[in-house]
Amino acid sequence: MSDTVQQHNQKSYLEYQGRFKGLFAWIFSTDHKRIGLLYLYSMLVLFSVAAIIGLLMKIELIAPGKTIMDAQTYNSFFTLHGITMIFLIVVPGLPAVFGNFFLPIMIGAKDVAFPKLNLLSWWIYILGALIALSAQFLGDGPPDTGWTFYAPYSFRTGTNMLPAVTGAFILGFSSIATGLNFIVTIHRMRAPGMSWMKMPLFPWALYGTAWIQVLATPIVGVTLLMIVLERTMQIGFFDPALGGDPILYQHLFWIYSHPAVYIMILPAMGVISEIIPTFARKTIFGYKAIVVSTLAIAFVGYFVWGHHMFTSGMSGTALYTFSILTFFVAIPSAIKIFNWVATLHKASIDIQTPFLWALCFLFVFMIGGLSGMVLGALSANVHLHDTAFVVAHFHFIVFGGTGFAFFGALHYWFPKMFGRMYDKGWANIGLAVFFTGFNTLYLPMFYLGMIGMPRRYYDYVEEFHGPNIVSSFGAMLMIAGLIIIITNLVRSARKGEKAVADPWLGKTLEWTISSPPSLENFEEIPLVTKAPYNYE
Amino acid sequence: MNNHVHIDEHRDDEGAKTGMWIFIFTEILLFGGLFIVYSVYRYLNPLAFHLAAHELSTFIGTLNTVILLVSSMTIAMSITAIQYKNKKLTLILMGITLLLAFIFLVNKYFEWSGKISHGIYPGSEILQEASRGEILFFGLYYAMTGLHALHIIIGMAFIGYVMRMVAKNEVRHDNFILLENSGLYWHLVDLIWIFLFPLFYLIT
Amino acid sequence: MEKEQRPHIVRYQTYVYVLIALLLMTFTSVAVTHINLGPYTVSTALILAAIKSTLVLLIFMHLKFDKKFYGYMVASVFLLFFCVITITFLDYLYR
Repeated sequence: MSDTVQQHNQKSYLEYQGRFKGLFAWIFSTDHKRIGLLYLYSMLVLFSVAAIIGLLMKIELIAPGKTIMDAQTYNSFFTLHGITMIFLIVVPGLPAVFGNFFLPIMIGAKDVAFPKLNLLSWWIYILGALIALSAQFLGDGPPDTGWTFYAPYSFRTGTNMLPAVTGAFILGFSSIATGLNFIVTIHRMRAPGMSWMKMPLFPWALYGTAWIQVLATPIVGVTLLMIVLERTMQIGFFDPALGGDPILYQHLFWIYSHPAVYIMILPAMGVISEIIPTFARKTIFGYKAIVVSTLAIAFVGYFVWGHHMFTSGMSGTALYTFSILTFFVAIPSAIKIFNWVATLHKASIDIQTPFLWALCFLFVFMIGGLSGMVLGALSANVHLHDTAFVVAHFHFIVFGGTGFAFFGALHYWFPKMFGRMYDKGWANIGLAVFFTGFNTLYLPMFYLGMIGMPRRYYDYVEEFHGPNIVSSFGAMLMIAGLIIIITNLVRSARKGEKAVADPWLGKTLEWTISSPPSLENFEEIPLVTKAPYNYE
Repeated sequence: MNNHVHIDEHRDDEGAKTGMWIFIFTEILLFGGLFIVYSVYRYLNPLAFHLAAHELSTFIGTLNTVILLVSSMTIAMSITAIQYKNKKLTLILMGITLLLAFIFLVNKYFEWSGKISHGIYPGSEILQEASRGEILFFGLYYAMTGLHALHIIIGMAFIGYVMRMVAKNEVRHDNFILLENSGLYWHLVDLIWIFLFPLFYLIT
Repeated sequence: MEKEQRPHIVRYQTYVYVLIALLLMTFTSVAVTHINLGPYTVSTALILAAIKSTLVLLIFMHLKFDKKFYGYMVASVFLLFFCVITITFLDYLYR
């Protein structure tokens, strides 16, 4: 790794003035760093909306019967919450924000391979978001199918499905464009000396993710198109009355949506692989194993989709094939956990906020992952499918996994992105409140699922009441934590203490340039001679 | 667009080609989803598919296949032509490709309007009376050939655009990656048809 | 960022030969449909289509003359699709 530090006589990318002024200098910018921030700000807004919807749902669930909304509204709420969180936050999430911002820098490049395509990605994202959200306000009522749009209800419901489905379809192009861009960037634009096995683990994670984005998304695209054809022309693919099979819809939907969860988690794992060596002041344990397991997860992840469909009516052969493959795909994830923990062994750890987020990640990700194993077992799945247990599982692994890694990344790379440091005290307080709230919110759901509470139900029997109160209280606590965290970051972006180039003593290329970076990142493309995380 | 000088060494033909191939992969998977649907319903309704296929004209299908294969050859040849600095021949070959594509679409138009005038289209009364397998066959026929035709139109636009670039000498013997990429896209369109043809026209 | 001038120029003749092969296979597959091969009708048609596709990929799309990794990528994508469709059939074949 080159140790030269960027000269400070260049304007930062935040201040750079090109052809456009003001807002247009941002929304027409092809600078990967600005595009990363455009995604970040858009997601902040959308996440807040979806989180509030979630909170309202939890308030509804605090007691049996109607509390603050009727059943139809509840159905449309969990649909909107899911669509927004999945398609607009966690799928684009880490690649769109931190991948865009840091991939070129971490491989020693000045931008991505196709900067204009990158900007187009964001524009398509916004277009898809607007169209999907318009479904809430136009037509015959907001969609109520859940984010999974299962046939036949999705083509029979009178609610306003077309904009939602079309919006999701359009969003797919944004994901594909980002994936394509990253693959070519990584293949073609690594700095001299940076061989594949000298590339840091976050770019590796983005690489695996990008292949999934590119190869899996088109399938959901064409499936959503089929739903549109079903609704508008009664094409019959999923309509039993016309010869179609609703289970085929589920197959096609999950052939994308399972790999999609690896789109969510692989970059998250990449972030953890960056944070842990830095704060452990020790090189990552088992770099090669992490690379191989990243690619293994991406590959095997294509073949397990049926575990979302165990009770749908598939053949016995399909059932046990998918179950076995699901157990296989857990192995590379477990390998990573071992490697991260092994890195911490005998390390001299600097306990900073990003590191605390990484530790919390390990805790919640393990719970999420292990509960996934429970669900992957056919016999257990029969009892737990479509219960609150599943809701707990995916919130632990997606919110806990991708979400925690996102906040960890935000606190890790914040000084680099904004040139300022956040208030560490408030950051840690926010984390503590958030973490407590998170676990209080989601842990009871495992129990509720086991005793039989269904998911996506607006009402429940009295015996489920107690844990629901605890859970709903956890939601409020968690939101309070989020408010503290986000307020701290927003204030610090403008008024925080100025940050140095390398506040964490990191060993990857982003720490060799100024905070914030100049427009072209590097004055001179560095010559890479050492492997990443070389603390010894 | 950002106005900082995006470095001139930023020309990367290999990268552009890689990008195009990745895009082609997305198209393969896109049609792949429909091929999965076809395979499943063909497996479940073999006789109905076999009977329904009789309604399609093998002659037009074969003609369209020949047309597309020839057009693939002509666009491939245009790359050789431009490498030999033969701008005129390049444009002629590209023009023939477009012409053949257009004829393909005309054939498709006649095929479709023939079917539609006989009341065979998704949601039609006649189709409602038909067997389940036949409904699915025609649903797939319209969806797949329709999506394919859309890609032909896109391909024509792409090739047309590149023709303009060739005419303006912006695509030349020493800078023709755009032509190559438009050719790749066109071959993809041909590849899809190579599979569509037997699956819809040759299962009688 | 090398500016790679593709040194290899495919002869017009090669393309013509490939077209002839493609057309022959097309006419063969049409002719074969008139022979009832039972369950093998689909496979024959698909095998011929696969051979045609391979020719298009290798010659028209230049994979034979490009760097090997393009070929590996293309093969991997088809392999992936094939695996996905096979696993889907584990459901339908055994219901």
